[in-house]
Amino acid sequence: MKKYPLALALFGALVLTAACGTESGDSGGGGGDKPGAQGFTPPDLKALDKLGEPEGELSVLAWPGYAEDGSNDPKIDWVTPFEKETGCQVSVKTFGTSDESLSLMKAGGYDVVSASGDASLRLVASGDVEPVNTDLVPNYADVFDYLKDKSWNSVDGVEYGIPHGWGANVLSYRGDVVKPAPTSWSAVFDPESQYQGKITAYDSPIYIADAALYLMKHQPDLGIKNPYALDDKQFQAAVDLLKKQNPMISEYWSDYLKESQALKNGDTVLGTAWQVTVNLTKSEGSPVDSVLPSEGATGWSDTWMVATKSQHKTCAYKWLDYIVSPKANAQVAEYFGEAPANEKACAMTTDKSHCDTYHAADADYASKIWYWTTPIAQCIDGRTDVKCKDYGEWTRAWTEIKG
Amino acid sequence: MTVGRSASAFLNRAPRLRLGLLLSAPMLWLGLAYLGALAALFVTAFWHADPFTGKVITDWTADNFKTLVTDSVYRTITFRTVAIAAGVTVIDAIIAFPMAFYMAKIASPRARRVLVIAVLTPLWASYLVKAYSWRTMLSGNGVLHWLLDPLGLDTPGYGLTATVITLSYLWLPYMILPIYAGLERLPDSLVDASGDLGARPARTFRSVVLPLTFPAIVAGSIFTFSLTLGDYITVKIVGGTSQMLGNVVFDNIGAANNLPFAATVATVPVVIMLLYLAAVRRTGALENL
Repeated sequence: MKKYPLALALFGALVLTAACGTESGDSGGGGGDKPGAQGFTPPDLKALDKLGEPEGELSVLAWPGYAEDGSNDPKIDWVTPFEKETGCQVSVKTFGTSDESLSLMKAGGYDVVSASGDASLRLVASGDVEPVNTDLVPNYADVFDYLKDKSWNSVDGVEYGIPHGWGANVLSYRGDVVKPAPTSWSAVFDPESQYQGKITAYDSPIYIADAALYLMKHQPDLGIKNPYALDDKQFQAAVDLLKKQNPMISEYWSDYLKESQALKNGDTVLGTAWQVTVNLTKSEGSPVDSVLPSEGATGWSDTWMVATKSQHKTCAYKWLDYIVSPKANAQVAEYFGEAPANEKACAMTTDKSHCDTYHAADADYASKIWYWTTPIAQCIDGRTDVKCKDYGEWTRAWTEIKG
Repeated sequence: MTVGRSASAFLNRAPRLRLGLLLSAPMLWLGLAYLGALAALFVTAFWHADPFTGKVITDWTADNFKTLVTDSVYRTITFRTVAIAAGVTVIDAIIAFPMAFYMAKIASPRARRVLVIAVLTPLWASYLVKAYSWRTMLSGNGVLHWLLDPLGLDTPGYGLTATVITLSYLWLPYMILPIYAGLERLPDSLVDASGDLGARPARTFRSVVLPLTFPAIVAGSIFTFSLTLGDYITVKIVGGTSQMLGNVVFDNIGAANNLPFAATVATVPVVIMLLYLAAVRRTGALENL
């Protein structure tokens, strides 16, 4: 017992040394291969050259709503037909943010992952996913050309995944409370908003891009060209905007079910959401609607990727092929509320105008959405005279915004 | 048979060895699983992560601690967390003491058993179920709103108050049980003697009951304080936009992929707990447990 203060003193001394001891020059400087716009060298990995026998098992890491097996809604099930067809028993794990998908992939144990643009390249760079042999995915042929060989799914012409679908982060609102219906993101950023304390926002550093997008249209003098390429001044402006927004937020969401519940109870009446959240809440009888605001929106373009360490690669390829097959792709796209990647899926949707509603074939419209991308020090809008804020700094700023 | 017998005879002659063998497994467990993990945590805190790939780079740097100390946001979060922990502890102590006193000193033996079970039952229900129930109750059109509305009050909504309420509810049994045990050991005769000597109930409480049960209250406070210090789920469910130290740790592991910084932040509650235990030890409460 008498040794106790000594141990304490030792510990305290260690902490103090740690706090004021070694000075290391540049902070956060990582490994040698700093990524530029495609400027990093991915680890040398080979794609599978031919399929074997299905291994009977598949572990899927997916955005909620991407791999439904009927457990949420018995009518919504495209995993069971896959299991019957291939004999691969599927287990599904969902995640709420790209960062979460990244850390789960690092932990390992998953065979395929649906990665958004702010995760895909990081997975490629860290060697957690390997190139995909698109010849082994027959349905790849029907994927819209404007989604192939893009910066978020390919590196130096090597495909790392199969495009799945894309969509925009919409502004959701309670139609019975929010009147008139909002048309601009100023509904969530305006400090005079009459819906103070009932606004929600997405709980991820990537949400800073939403503020940047808003500033891009409302404060043109900041000169923001791309919400994922922000220099010091632009970044500070976006962070300040979010700090001002913080007191008006009822809660941040990363679990779409929690957001849906808050919308239903009226604790939240307004804020960014996925279309699937809006559809789900609506289906439970709540008057929730969504709009694509005039400023445009951030969004996602997702890619199915194969884990390097997967022990079930044949099943993984079968899944890649299945999930972008016209029927399954149509089911996912309708359930989640996004544009499908497979051209033929448009003919299979129950709502025949689905592809028009989501502008699936409209490459021009698709190019107007700011897809989630990982911010890096080298500005991805092409500026070379300034350094942009990298994702590490975005993360730190996000903690600060929440305070 | 004979081997077993001679081994047991040998051990019977060597009590120290016997004790050593008996204790080695738990000591190994304590050493590796608890202290070893703490050491690993502390070492990791001096590494850093590649911001792009999230890979841990095992270069030694104190940058994490520098950020922790210089960034005011972490100070704010630390103070907030400690304040919540202190608030929960005080509220629990105030609620738990009369309950424990009734259970230990006034209730009949039969009622006492029922009450102990009643205090224990909430521990059988899942933490999440209880936290989500509070979320529903605290909601803008939940039962609290319905109850308080006629009185001209309203539910506090999601935020710090809601967090303190929910955590106080969750950890209350951990406070009641030690105080109950402490009061049970307090001889009734002392209370009677105090009364016989002319002390009023308040005086008896202040000069006899409280000093003798103080170690028990402290024991309970260690539970409520440390459990609150590490919590991050309740505040996520009912805390609105607020975050505690646990959330920063969680966000750095689950979201930012910055394991080293998470380790750095995780040392803060460890240090706070060590300081707390040191302070408690000065009061002599630990010797009387």
